[in-house]
Amino acid sequence: MEILVCVKRVPMVGGKIVVTADGQDVDTRMSGFTVSPHEECAVEEAVRLVERHGGSVTVLTLGPPAAADQLRDMLALGASRAVLLETDGREWGPIATAEAIVAAVRSRADLLDGEAPGAPGCPYDLLLFGNEAADTGDYQVGVRVAHALGLPCVTGIKNLEVTVGASGQARREYGGSEEIFDLRLPAVISVKEGINLPRYPSLPGRLRAKRAAIERSVPEWHPEGLRKERLRVPAGETKGAQILGTGADAVPALVALLDDLGVLS
Amino acid sequence: MTVLCLVELDGGGVADVSLRALTFARALAAESSSGGVAAVVFGPADAVPAAELSAYGVADAYAVESPQLTGYAPLAWARALAGLADELSATAVAAAGTDHGSEVMAHLGSITGLPVAANCAAAGRNAAGTLQLVRHRWAGSLLEDCVLEASRALLTVAVDAVAPAVAEAPVATSVQAYQPALEEADLRVRAVESAERSAGASLATARVVVGGGRGVGGPEGFGVLEDLAGLLGGVVGVSRVVTSEGWRPHKQQVGQTGTRISPELYLACGISGAIQHMAGCLSAKHIVAVNTDPDAPIISHADYAVIGDLNEVIPALVAAIRARDGS
Repeated sequence: MEILVCVKRVPMVGGKIVVTADGQDVDTRMSGFTVSPHEECAVEEAVRLVERHGGSVTVLTLGPPAAADQLRDMLALGASRAVLLETDGREWGPIATAEAIVAAVRSRADLLDGEAPGAPGCPYDLLLFGNEAADTGDYQVGVRVAHALGLPCVTGIKNLEVTVGASGQARREYGGSEEIFDLRLPAVISVKEGINLPRYPSLPGRLRAKRAAIERSVPEWHPEGLRKERLRVPAGETKGAQILGTGADAVPALVALLDDLGVLS
Repeated sequence: MTVLCLVELDGGGVADVSLRALTFARALAAESSSGGVAAVVFGPADAVPAAELSAYGVADAYAVESPQLTGYAPLAWARALAGLADELSATAVAAAGTDHGSEVMAHLGSITGLPVAANCAAAGRNAAGTLQLVRHRWAGSLLEDCVLEASRALLTVAVDAVAPAVAEAPVATSVQAYQPALEEADLRVRAVESAERSAGASLATARVVVGGGRGVGGPEGFGVLEDLAGLLGGVVGVSRVVTSEGWRPHKQQVGQTGTRISPELYLACGISGAIQHMAGCLSAKHIVAVNTDPDAPIISHADYAVIGDLNEVIPALVAAIRARDGS
């Protein structure tokens, strides 16, 4: 089973987001970068499928040269091949991103001498995405890739079972119940955190990742109809909490508050 | 200009998220003098909640009915929206930024080759007549001012950005059936709804949530939070670090990648208040934080705070409530 997982490098933000002076980016000088949470789970899911069914996992990202760090993190989890679609650091919209991914998938089909498994032109049984990136939250790159490749697509998936080369069943929660999708492979599936609990990378995994080659290509950026003007932090509702007290001494005040709020029976 | 709005149903009425989307769509339509909102409901015409749509200013409602379309089928829904938008010459199509709304709009964007502006919080026209949007990033922790140039604006509405508001005056709503032209491939992916109810829903609708974070210290520390939640008629929610460590199941996670909560009271214990967590709980009416660090970000978001170790405060609180109830 050949699986492609697309991930995104996003700022690691903690208690507060700071925007750069030009309003174009999140200021990352005091933080680092990570892989979007849903996508880390997509990589874990792919690695588990390959452990069960055989095959290999390719991890792909579109980002600046430093996004190689995130690819190595994913190689350490068990992906065996990494592809970096290298950008000059400016933000790519979902349409251009999907086009670059589709081109990368098609170029892999050429490597397979046209002997692609599944749908013509698709060298993978499964293309996994995170449901939406932590930063931009566009919720559409996977769907656009599926359309371009003529593949079925489901999103928001929290439970996945597949049989090699044949079919899969994907589940998600919606409106208090569960939706079940039966799929033919190859397919595009975007997953959500909670589908699994990603492992910690092993030491041998990390060492292997450090040495691994990363395949690079440079796709061409193009503008889209949706254009960012600037980013800003919403006017903070800093309430400035009323301090009820310190330690267990605060309990009487806390009980009185809960009583006021009407949550004590 | 007509703004076409996908309306999701919940228990026979319009889902709350769709009331918000309709409010957003009405404001967008009002940007031009000849504007109006048309609603699309998937299901039979007699299931369309016309009175609610009327109150929200919807003049035309379309019930999408097709013998092939029995359940949720994202691409088929998008195909129906595309067909209706063409027939009505809609200038915009909007949907709530739910899993269904976002997915259907992504398909619509793919079918048409148009951009989709996801998670919008506000829309208007600038001096040049271009659509000027504010959209959520980081689940609302960051805002993006952006412009959308497209022959038809495709938008999703951030689920917690717009308060639902009825129109100044109700309008007469006409309900018409619409039969979409579907192909076999449009129905390749469709949902079968499981009879089981998922457990995650109780957190989203709980009146009281007792939250636990890293400060709980380990899986064994949650018993006392469960006790407190039981006494307050609530449930336990946790931060991302708790689920990443495997201390508690993911379905209890509150935040950007977990569940959004809107309780009367959120009692956040040992939670620092990372933006991804706050994005899931800022709709809480009252936030009370228990934290050892008076400078933790959660304190600035909370209404009340106790500075102290939850492992000392919460058992004492449980004992005090029990003593009170027992007396």
